[in-house]
Amino acid sequence: MDFVLIQLLNGLASASALFLVAAGLSLIFGVTRIVNFAHGTLFMLGAFVAYSLSQRLGFWAAVPVAALAVAAVGALMEVGLLRRLYRAPELLQLLATFAVVLVLDDLILMAWGPADVLGPRAPGLAGAVRVLGQPIPAYELFLVAVGPAVLAVVWLLLTRTRFGILVRAATLDREMVAALGVDQKRLFTAVFALGALLAGLGGALQVPRQAIHHGLDLEVIVEAFVVVVVGGLGSVPGAYLAAVLIAELNAFGIVLFPQGTLVLMFLVMAAVLVLRPQGLLGRPETPEPRPAAAEPAPAPSGRAGLVLAILAVGGVAAAPLLLGGYGQGILAEILLFALLAASLQFVTGQGGMVSFGHAAWFGVGAYAAAMLHTRLDAGMAVSLLAAPLAAAAAALAVAWFLVRLSGVYLAMLTLAVAQILYAATFQWYEVTGGDNGILGVWPSGWAAGATGFLYLSLGLCAPALAALWWATRTPFGFGLRAGRDSPLRAEAAGVPVRRQRWLGFSLAAAAAGLAGGLYAYLKGSVFPDALGIPVSVDALVMMLLGGIHSFGGAIAGAVAYKLAQVTLISATDFWRLGVGMLILVLVLAFPQGLAGAAGRLAALRHRGGKAA
Amino acid sequence: MFLRWLLGAVAAAVGLVGVAQASEPVRIGEINSYSSIPAFTLPYRNGWRLAVEEINAAGGVLDGRPLEVISRDDGGKPGEAVRLANELVQREGVDLLAGTFLSHVGLAVADYAKQRQVLFVASEPLTDALTWSQGNRYTFRLRPSTYMQAAMLAEEAAKLPATRWVTVAPNYEYGQSAVEIFKALLSEKRPDVEFVGEQWPALFKLDAGPTVQALARAEPDAIFNVTFASDLSKFVREGETRGLFEGRPVVSLLTGEPEYLDPLGAETPEGWIVTGYPWYAIDTPEHRAFVERYQARFGEPPAMGTVVGYNTILAIAAAVEAAGGTDTEALVEAMKDLRFDTPIGPITFRAADHQSTMGAWVGRTAVRDGRGVMVDWRYVDGSEVLPPPEEARAMRPE
Repeated sequence: MDFVLIQLLNGLASASALFLVAAGLSLIFGVTRIVNFAHGTLFMLGAFVAYSLSQRLGFWAAVPVAALAVAAVGALMEVGLLRRLYRAPELLQLLATFAVVLVLDDLILMAWGPADVLGPRAPGLAGAVRVLGQPIPAYELFLVAVGPAVLAVVWLLLTRTRFGILVRAATLDREMVAALGVDQKRLFTAVFALGALLAGLGGALQVPRQAIHHGLDLEVIVEAFVVVVVGGLGSVPGAYLAAVLIAELNAFGIVLFPQGTLVLMFLVMAAVLVLRPQGLLGRPETPEPRPAAAEPAPAPSGRAGLVLAILAVGGVAAAPLLLGGYGQGILAEILLFALLAASLQFVTGQGGMVSFGHAAWFGVGAYAAAMLHTRLDAGMAVSLLAAPLAAAAAALAVAWFLVRLSGVYLAMLTLAVAQILYAATFQWYEVTGGDNGILGVWPSGWAAGATGFLYLSLGLCAPALAALWWATRTPFGFGLRAGRDSPLRAEAAGVPVRRQRWLGFSLAAAAAGLAGGLYAYLKGSVFPDALGIPVSVDALVMMLLGGIHSFGGAIAGAVAYKLAQVTLISATDFWRLGVGMLILVLVLAFPQGLAGAAGRLAALRHRGGKAA
Repeated sequence: MFLRWLLGAVAAAVGLVGVAQASEPVRIGEINSYSSIPAFTLPYRNGWRLAVEEINAAGGVLDGRPLEVISRDDGGKPGEAVRLANELVQREGVDLLAGTFLSHVGLAVADYAKQRQVLFVASEPLTDALTWSQGNRYTFRLRPSTYMQAAMLAEEAAKLPATRWVTVAPNYEYGQSAVEIFKALLSEKRPDVEFVGEQWPALFKLDAGPTVQALARAEPDAIFNVTFASDLSKFVREGETRGLFEGRPVVSLLTGEPEYLDPLGAETPEGWIVTGYPWYAIDTPEHRAFVERYQARFGEPPAMGTVVGYNTILAIAAAVEAAGGTDTEALVEAMKDLRFDTPIGPITFRAADHQSTMGAWVGRTAVRDGRGVMVDWRYVDGSEVLPPPEEARAMRPE
């Protein structure tokens, strides 16, 4: 019994730490609808700043100063960057915050150096207090109290002040708030700063608990997302409840299933999303009024597109005349990532289903091919055929649950699915080889050389891309878009929206799986990171860079992003800074994505030609 | 237009460079996780830089051929590492590959080396698979493997009176193998030992309070720890404050390496039995001179990675000398049973399993002048803990 009580306390301390990051993220999302990918980085910045300040000011003075400093950075981010993007297509802000992650990561590395740093223990709370005869660190008990205290302050702020009323109103219906004459800009900046403050505070309070290091941001951001979604987006009390639930499940889970540490949190999230999609304390999402004429229907002929596609295929086919083995390898990699990005565009842009876990299908395809190749000696043709089939089969099973959700909840369930599959490949050593992966998946025969493999990739990716594109022009594709733009009207018109989405999602998964199968043969080995969050993020970045509503844009985005990455990695240590700055410039200059920019340019030239 | 842009960009990015000219320098393609694991890889990079500078200042290898290292950052991703290996081999025309820290990245590059038939000197990855179950003709590993480090500690652990053990290790291959090997070797020496609890925190996500509590609940006599870096600092702080380590010996993998010991500073737990690198106390003239040169060049004390980086270049230089050139097959043959001198003594690459005999220092932790050090240490040569050559060879697929 004593053990249970003590472990309960331990869980509450961990819950407070989780809550502080999640609360800010939830607030920001609730009001601005921005998925702030940089929230973990703000947390890490808070920890590093507090570490440095505590050398001079002492720990307790350093905490508020660090939190305020991070709030200032947050405000700057909103004013300098995000404010310019509120009119851009949804999710572009996500891309912008991702670029901020890359930039801040390298800046923090430059400022604080590579080593882990261990700050002081909290003065006055360094020792232990005996609870039921067991020594508990005093600082942990302090943290147990901090969570509810911050919750109370935020709750009072939200319910008892004018600012809070505006925030809650904006969370419910920001168009209405704007129509009533509230200055949205100031409101958004203030909310963003408040969210950043909480992240900074959370980071600063970690200093006495652990060494501060450069991987903190990614560790924290995923956990924070999970807490926010489980609690209900925009609900601060929900975030606390979810943090307590997850921390306590973890505290007791590790006693019963010590090996379950990788997957537990995502199982909770998946269960909550399936059973109660709006999260524990969230409100069911009101169907958001979409801006009218967000995107013109695709032109019926698209002859320019066809010419472009033929030229691109011809160009790739002629590439071996120009490029050496390495260049051809890069081109093959670009091709398969273009397929991945286009398949994501198909679900997200055409289908309106944002996926944060698209790597799942890429990874399933890669593993299916690798396992058939090495375990069953199936040969390359069979393995590559199996890759899309396996991905589609897995997606058919999963998407049945997915299509019942919408918006960010759907996105987070895709993330949960991807993470659960990731954990399974990571730990199921007998089947998947665990994190040591599967080696020796090299192409054979005519495809073994760089040129052969390039033609193989072209021969598979080009038809797959064409098929996806063709699907967008069929009645099926139009139905999918109808379901995206107005599910109610589409249903009324007789479009089976859920079934369309279900099949659309699985079709895209098949394409991603094919890309994954090719990836396995390109690299010669597969590891669980093929299903990892970075691959999902890469796919998102490529798609958003190109322009979310353009099929060709996803391809252009894949080409641009891969080339930038490849050249910068080989050229500089600070490639993240370079890639991040490049994305920022592109996002600010072309908020409609590369394809949108190309379209606008064409329109301008068209008009100019007429005038002349 | 798009196409032209595409082709132009590809051409600009990839360059039209064909085959590198077989000019004078010996070109070494080096890959490591510089951006994702800077704490360990940056001292390592300084280490190999020093070795390259020294060898070139002394006239290079063979008849005055300088060494040239072309270094790349894999970002901690095996797929990236394979692409970079391909870039280095196909575009830069390097004579051999070296580097890597993470086990799965090491395995990916090793498999590439096998496929392309290029020599790969794996400097840092620890997984036993690299030289045993997935070993291949073209891959040689320098740093003492998980098995070797765990075996050194099992030997010390067997001398303790403790019979009830618990383990805590990060939830991935390195942690799992380390625990498995430690359990097997300790049980072999001490049949009376039982393992009464285990914890598997996700890497860098150790939830310290609950984990420490769960370990204490098993009422162990002793603890085997494999966590490192930020997990270790959390574990140490919580464990100290909660009295987990009172009266319980702790045996801990890699904790004595400066990379992991230095951040603990004055809070370094006393008396843990660890593997590591006590650079401040190794008093051979060669090692002292090495430390002095390194500090003069980079203004910082060496870390474990420094020695690994430095020795990697020494190994490559010795192999090129022995092979009389940079032909891959000649290099591979030269690497077998290659013996070369290093600041920490002579090292041999075993022909049987391509594992070097570079060892590690086993000792106890202590605090001196506010920082963590190793005391009562001894150097354990790798050959003392490696299985006999025949046994090792039998574990390899070839």
